[in-house]
Amino acid sequence: MDLHQLERESEHCWRIDPFGEMRVPGIVYGDEALVREMDDKVYEQVCNVATLPGIVRASCALPDAHWGYGFPIGGVAAFDPEIGGVVSAGGVGFDISCGVRTLHTGLTLDELEPKKKALADQLFRDIPAGVGSTGRIRLDDDEMDAMLEGGAQWAVDQGYGEPADLERVEERGRMAGAAPQHVSERARARQRDQMGTLGSGNHYLEIQHVAEIFDDDIASAFGLAEGAILATIHCGSRGLGHQIGTEYLREMTSAAAAFGIRLPDRELACAPIRSPIGEAYLGAMAAATNCALANRQIVTHLTRQAFARVLPSAKLTMLYDVSHNTCKPERHRVDSEEKLLYVHRKGATRALGPGHPNLPPGLSDVGQPVLVGGSMGTASYVLCGTVEAEHLSFSSSCHGAGRALSRHQAKRTWRGRQVVDDLAERGILVRSPSMQGVAEEAPGAYKDIHAVVEAAHRAGLSRKVAWLEPVVCIKG
Amino acid sequence: MSDARYEHFPHGADIGVRGLGASPAEAFEQAALALTAVITDPENVAAEDALEIHCEAPDLELLFVDFLNAVVYEMSARGMLFGRYRVRIDGGRLDAVAHGERVDVARHSPAVEVKGATFTCLRVAESPEGGWLAQCVVDV
Repeated sequence: MDLHQLERESEHCWRIDPFGEMRVPGIVYGDEALVREMDDKVYEQVCNVATLPGIVRASCALPDAHWGYGFPIGGVAAFDPEIGGVVSAGGVGFDISCGVRTLHTGLTLDELEPKKKALADQLFRDIPAGVGSTGRIRLDDDEMDAMLEGGAQWAVDQGYGEPADLERVEERGRMAGAAPQHVSERARARQRDQMGTLGSGNHYLEIQHVAEIFDDDIASAFGLAEGAILATIHCGSRGLGHQIGTEYLREMTSAAAAFGIRLPDRELACAPIRSPIGEAYLGAMAAATNCALANRQIVTHLTRQAFARVLPSAKLTMLYDVSHNTCKPERHRVDSEEKLLYVHRKGATRALGPGHPNLPPGLSDVGQPVLVGGSMGTASYVLCGTVEAEHLSFSSSCHGAGRALSRHQAKRTWRGRQVVDDLAERGILVRSPSMQGVAEEAPGAYKDIHAVVEAAHRAGLSRKVAWLEPVVCIKG
Repeated sequence: MSDARYEHFPHGADIGVRGLGASPAEAFEQAALALTAVITDPENVAAEDALEIHCEAPDLELLFVDFLNAVVYEMSARGMLFGRYRVRIDGGRLDAVAHGERVDVARHSPAVEVKGATFTCLRVAESPEGGWLAQCVVDV
């Protein structure tokens, strides 16, 4: 990104003054190197989002922003339904409510080490991963409706996990407003045998150890200590979410003109929040969010079973569950007035600061755990929401490192077997059905997550709490 | 026919598929092979079953995205891969037959699942070297 196009507001905050049809400014968070390395397309997409009807305050890009579809990945934008605000299927993306869930295990690295290989093999056997893998749960039409309405709460009712898990999931595990009647037969057909599966691409199940603590007080409130073993699940709404994204993106592309919305890019397809198609999408998207939450809950259950077989002393309890690709109705202050806004977070994590009324007991004085996933060979982070992120980014923070090399380039640069062997030498066990998939996800294909997290910390979007290193990675 | 081919092109987090052929229909067939090649080598997919695909759209570009998304749907819902496509285009209507088989993880070693075809870098046009080109980015 050409820095001359930006006004530097502070060390980690850059502003694009409105021009052309932009209704609000663009704000880009990151240090100079990160912002300079961002694709020019990010600049274009931040500006395009700023032209959409009903956008308030600013169109934001976070330190991990990269070229997405219509919206940048790592983008945040909020729309006011009272002034014609829109909801955008592209602004949520194909993998609706893709997210990260992290569990404590109660184990230490020393306790895991002798059983590490056995655990990796057990997890790889028990958790369906990769293309063509199917779950063991088949839902009939009524059960599918119940799942789409109930999310992780439904999954717990079915015996997958414990009621206590739900306290640490956004929306307490169930997104309100789900409208299964707006979920097509095709979306349901794609989900039929995909409940409790990881998927592929950058999705994974990782066993990690806490390598370093940056904030003792918050870490202790989160239950994190150096050397502790955690289990992290990264997956989404599977085929159902992908199909809903596909169908509504197509429908909104055709509908936008009828609403008098001029799209600078077809991928920005959107419709007024208060319109039949906008409402239908919001209902379908909430259902897909519940599908993702139920999916992570079932994978949690499978993970617990695998641990019970190999390390029966482990007790897997929730740290937190965050979603990355969402549009949620939330209350925010704009111009000293509290408003109901529809906040799009595309490749961005909600990050509630201390005192926020939506935080569960035990976290209300501390803030929300923000889980930032890395690549399979590098680090992941636990951050904590801040009060100031509310006015900086509608309480949002980064979600990952972002790719530095395309899949295309990665496949030419690395061989999957070599990546697995190299990581094994460093003590990281990778299990995957596809060596080509591993090559495409090689650690070197990702940006430096440390720089992204440092920028989020310094910009005030969230606070650094702990750095996690992988020990075992089940790659979809 | 002899010049028909497919290729991939890079995109940030995902991958672009491009088909080149003597006609739009042939370019679509090649682009669908490029879609399969994101997942596995199309040469290793046996033509055991044939499946019909029908789409309608107001222009060739939307027809192209609809066609690829129909293929993505059939792969996902049926757990299949396709190694050969026959496409006919008549105005805004497309009729296709896709030949393939069920995914065999050991034999196909599928790299990644395609979530959907997007409007990014979407183009269906006559290419400067002659013939037709059909391309877009697919989300994986």
